[in-house]
Amino acid sequence: MKNLMFKSARALAVVAGLAVAGPALAAGEGPHVEKQPWSFAGPFGQFDKAQLQRGFQVYQEVCSACHGLSYVAFRNLAEEGGPGFSVDEVKALAAEYSIEDGPDSEGEMFERDGKPFDKFPSPFPNEQAARASNNGAYPPDLSLMAKARAALRGFPWFVLDVATQYQENGPDYLYGLLTGYHEAPEGVEVPEGQYYNPGFISGSTLAMAPPLSDELVEYSDGSPMTVDQYARDVSAFLMWTAEPHLESRKRIGFGVMAFLILFASLLYFTKRKIWRDVDH
Amino acid sequence: MAGHSTYEPQNAGAKWLERRLPVLSLVHGSFVAFPTPKNLNYWWTFGGIAFFVLVVQLITGIVLVMHYTPNDALAFASVEHIMRDVNYGWLMRYLHSNGASMFFFAVYIHIFRGMYYGSYKEPREIAWILGVLLFFLMVLTAFMGYVLPWGQMSLWGATVITNLFSAVPVVGEAITTWLWGGFAVGNPTLNRFFSLHYLLPFVILGVVMLHIWAFHVAGNNNPVGVDPKSDKDTVPFHPYYTLKDLFAIVVFMILFSWFVFYLPNYLGHADNYIPANPMVTPAHIVPEWFLLPFYAILRAITFDIGPIPSKLGGVIAMGGAIAILFVLPWLDTSKVRSANYRPVYRFFFWLFFFTTIMLGWLGSKPAEQPYIAWIQFFTVLYFAHFLIVLPVLGLIETPRKVPDSINDAVLGKSSDAA
Repeated sequence: MKNLMFKSARALAVVAGLAVAGPALAAGEGPHVEKQPWSFAGPFGQFDKAQLQRGFQVYQEVCSACHGLSYVAFRNLAEEGGPGFSVDEVKALAAEYSIEDGPDSEGEMFERDGKPFDKFPSPFPNEQAARASNNGAYPPDLSLMAKARAALRGFPWFVLDVATQYQENGPDYLYGLLTGYHEAPEGVEVPEGQYYNPGFISGSTLAMAPPLSDELVEYSDGSPMTVDQYARDVSAFLMWTAEPHLESRKRIGFGVMAFLILFASLLYFTKRKIWRDVDH
Repeated sequence: MAGHSTYEPQNAGAKWLERRLPVLSLVHGSFVAFPTPKNLNYWWTFGGIAFFVLVVQLITGIVLVMHYTPNDALAFASVEHIMRDVNYGWLMRYLHSNGASMFFFAVYIHIFRGMYYGSYKEPREIAWILGVLLFFLMVLTAFMGYVLPWGQMSLWGATVITNLFSAVPVVGEAITTWLWGGFAVGNPTLNRFFSLHYLLPFVILGVVMLHIWAFHVAGNNNPVGVDPKSDKDTVPFHPYYTLKDLFAIVVFMILFSWFVFYLPNYLGHADNYIPANPMVTPAHIVPEWFLLPFYAILRAITFDIGPIPSKLGGVIAMGGAIAILFVLPWLDTSKVRSANYRPVYRFFFWLFFFTTIMLGWLGSKPAEQPYIAWIQFFTVLYFAHFLIVLPVLGLIETPRKVPDSINDAVLGKSSDAA
């Protein structure tokens, strides 16, 4: 009886597993996102400073026309674990921006040059103004974008991701989106003011026109000036803006892990010694 | 609890205190000299692990509150301030957000251990009931905590769950408005959730003390399920179990750190990094993983049952899934505690375990076929375990011979002790 029950339980488990997982795998909820190699992946991952600088350049020259970066301050660009600009470079950069401040002692608002402690000013004063300038669409703030989008992984990947420490689905998605613009295939209706992009998370068309094109941004370090490279660089940059302490998190994590494993082994032998004379 | 103490205060200060408030002998009797079955396996360490995580949650939570702002216009930005500008704020927040998952993970193992070894049976019913109460308080606390960052999933999770109360006949709408403090989830809702999220952990701490008190009256259950008969069956809690628990806690910290330092957002939802927006509904609204089995049961009732509309039916089913745990000690008719000696129960225990896992996974899926049919199938299995299997099994199952004592079982005198 017992044997039969275990067999039937196993059969039930397999049938249920297949029946439920099958359609989930087939349905393909959200876009298929290709994994990309990132310098900041894995337990020892660190940002590539040159890449972050290039990514910032792409943001500044292209994305910032419509997208804000409102949780990031200029000073962050010179902080440890970031793109590694010097303090003077950041001061000069901030001064290029005009910031509304005040009220002054007369009660008037006034414009002044940006300082390192200022946050990046947003391109539009409010959502309504942004929509008015963008055909009704609202370009979202990019500060957290690399953590705010994730295509569904599905079984069994979401289980395996725990072991492989896969946390780069955000930048993978962004790269896929930025390089995903294509001619719409035969039979796909693309509404006026929309662009076909199968990499988009909610639908196959979106209101953002293809933002990148080859040779659009002039790199000074000899990196290829292609859509592919721009997309990689700006996705990496946005991972940093979303997770500015990633480097120290992983560095501290390694120390913590090493200590805990050593401490656990010592405790294990201490426990063994204490229990030596007890049958248990 | 102090009954087991052999504590003799040595220095004058301890003697002075002991005559007035015998707290030292209480602690000594409960956590030093306390006679503990010597055969507890590592599944028994998860109570201590859960307590450790509770302390981590309290400490990190109190620090986070020093920088968090409970206001619908400021909450999201204040969390980003913690993540970016507060020294080690990212560490505090990731410890706290992942700590909630770790707490549930430890407590789920603790509950399943209690079910497998029959720890809820006479005379430990009160300890069990207090444990279920703790679990219920944890669910409330975790749900309200997830609302505080005021991201999209915070707002919409709160909207979906508080809307459930509108299913109550006649007064449902009034209750929902009262819970919200307005006519939608908004700033008053956020503020009261914050207040309760700070209060409930201390209630949990108090109930934990009662929980420990209750099982210390009867003493720990153990894998054999036979009460200790002599000193040969037990060891003092210290140093034997202090060391074993500490070792287990440190191993658990390795798992905890794996998530905090390398996968800090794996257990959360990307949507919660989008500021709350009442005008935009996320494509999929799902709770955190540890609430998914109950969320699945909520969605199992897709049909009206007589006068009960499907929505109310779902709420009743979800509430019933937790409520039924309270009466578990009286649903199980078997006198044998440990599943080691109940082969048929053991099969059904693992079937039940599998059922909860499947419900959890199905709870994360959109409310469409074939998921709904599978949710209904496993919901029936869930309730059948309590209402049919456990009452009937105790009457018809022939348990294997239970050893006479823990020591006999350990020394292998029983025919086939585990």
